[in-house]
Amino acid sequence: MLSNFVETDVVIIGAGPCGLFAVFELGLLDLKCHLIDILDRPGGQCAELYPEKPIYDIPGLPEVSGQGLVDNLLKQIEPFAPEFHFGEMVTEIERTEDGAFRVRTDTGTALLAKVVVIAAGGGSFQPKRPPIAGIENYEQKSVFYSVRRMEDFRDHHLVVVGGGDSALDWTLNLQPLAKSVTLIHRRPEFRAAPDSVNKMFSLQERGEILFEQGQVSALKGENGHLESITVKGPNGEVDIACTRLLPFFGLTMKLGPVAEWGLNLEENLVTVDTEKFQTSEPGIFAIGDINYYPGKLKLILSGFHEAALMAQAAKRIVNPDARVVFQYTTSSSSLQKKLGVI
Amino acid sequence: MAKITFIAPDDTRYDVEAETGSTVMEAAVRNGVPGIEAECGGACACATCHVYVDPEWQEVTGEPEAMEEDMLDFAYDVRPNSRLSCQIRISEALNGLVVNLPERQA
Ligand SMILES: Cc1cc2nc3c(=O)[nH]c(=O)nc-3n(C[C@H](O)[C@H](O)[C@H](O)COP(=O)(O)OP(=O)(O)OC[C@H]3O[C@@H](n4cnc5c(N)ncnc54)[C@H](O)[C@@H]3O)c2cc1C
Ligand code: FES
Repeated sequence: MLSNFVETDVVIIGAGPCGLFAVFELGLLDLKCHLIDILDRPGGQCAELYPEKPIYDIPGLPEVSGQGLVDNLLKQIEPFAPEFHFGEMVTEIERTEDGAFRVRTDTGTALLAKVVVIAAGGGSFQPKRPPIAGIENYEQKSVFYSVRRMEDFRDHHLVVVGGGDSALDWTLNLQPLAKSVTLIHRRPEFRAAPDSVNKMFSLQERGEILFEQGQVSALKGENGHLESITVKGPNGEVDIACTRLLPFFGLTMKLGPVAEWGLNLEENLVTVDTEKFQTSEPGIFAIGDINYYPGKLKLILSGFHEAALMAQAAKRIVNPDARVVFQYTTSSSSLQKKLGVI
Repeated sequence: MAKITFIAPDDTRYDVEAETGSTVMEAAVRNGVPGIEAECGGACACATCHVYVDPEWQEVTGEPEAMEEDMLDFAYDVRPNSRLSCQIRISEALNGLVVNLPERQA
């Protein structure tokens, strides 16, 4: 399944703040980067978990919002034209015969790079499993956390749970295909875009979907095949026919495939040295929240420092014969040319 | 300072002292009360610090704000007296507060 094949200097796994800043430090040393993230946009935790909350401990920025920091980082790395692969999870890293790395994602992308930087933060963002007893027995048979193929829902009794954009979007998109659609949310207010909420209510008025206020309390059906669910609402319990369930309960971070790459770990973190931030595999580095070393602080500023030191070591791997001169961006015309400011 | 009591689903009681200006979540974490996970460290971004406020105290603790209500969508077995404990700020008025812990966090 090699749908795309790409060759580059460095592959960065994770486009959180530390992965983004690594592009800058590597770029100053003329290394070209590709970034891969399971999310559909850059920014990691800052963009996904607290886009509007203020951060007060970024050196030189007395106050910046999570999204504001991400926007600034994107502007800062623009001169280096990094290439992003969003919506893809890195599943495999394999060393090639000549000592480079082949990195593969779950969508079939393969990249060849001389250096891999793991900036995977708290791990990959994955949908949260709602705390309903026995739900794991139905997963991938009747219960799905995302829609890969709409056809899988045709002619089914579909129940969608949640009040955000994903829940509303899939309620609207799958309604024409499904035999019946019920949306369940614990309260009459929604987080989703008002436009989708209005569309949903007008479908409900025309009797084309049902809306039930409450929380799913039980699942029924044999061998992973769901037949009905119980919903506990303000007026007691109701049973609803259901052969496909799509619960949207937000995202959580799981280490995910990082654990399977044969690297030394300590409590689910990748151990590195503090000179190069290199893992137990030469050529594979780890920066930001994902790494561990004595004294580690999971702060954005630590990840930035780690990126700068890692870049020096990465340069020596990619261009072993190049002489690396220490320079300031303030005064070096060669760095300023790279940044496009002169 | 305020005295806060956490009651676990198995009726175990945890009495802790909480500093004015801190939050009910912080009081739980500092004193090792099991069942408050607080994954996001109090940023109202994870819903793993869910508690049920004792009905007698509901009026004093007040209603959740819109952002907290949104986050409560991700909690387990949400009831009318559900709150995210990182959003309840300790004041002298809360001295004696009683909250119940849910069977599990999301
Ligand atoms: C509510 C909250 C408030 C915070 N406040 C502050 C603060 O004030 N100051 C501060 O310094 N820090 C703060 N932090 C911590 C800070 O956000 C993290 O230290 C920072 O985000 C770490 O950056 P990172 O780039 O290492 O990882 P992350 O931001 O976690 O990004 C990692 C990215 O890697 C992706 N990924 C992981 N595995 C894979 C894979 N296999 N394939 C593809 N993609 C993958 C993930 O999807 C994710 O997007 C806060 C955190 C939270 C939750
Ligand atoms: S600690 Fe995360 S929401 Fe309260």
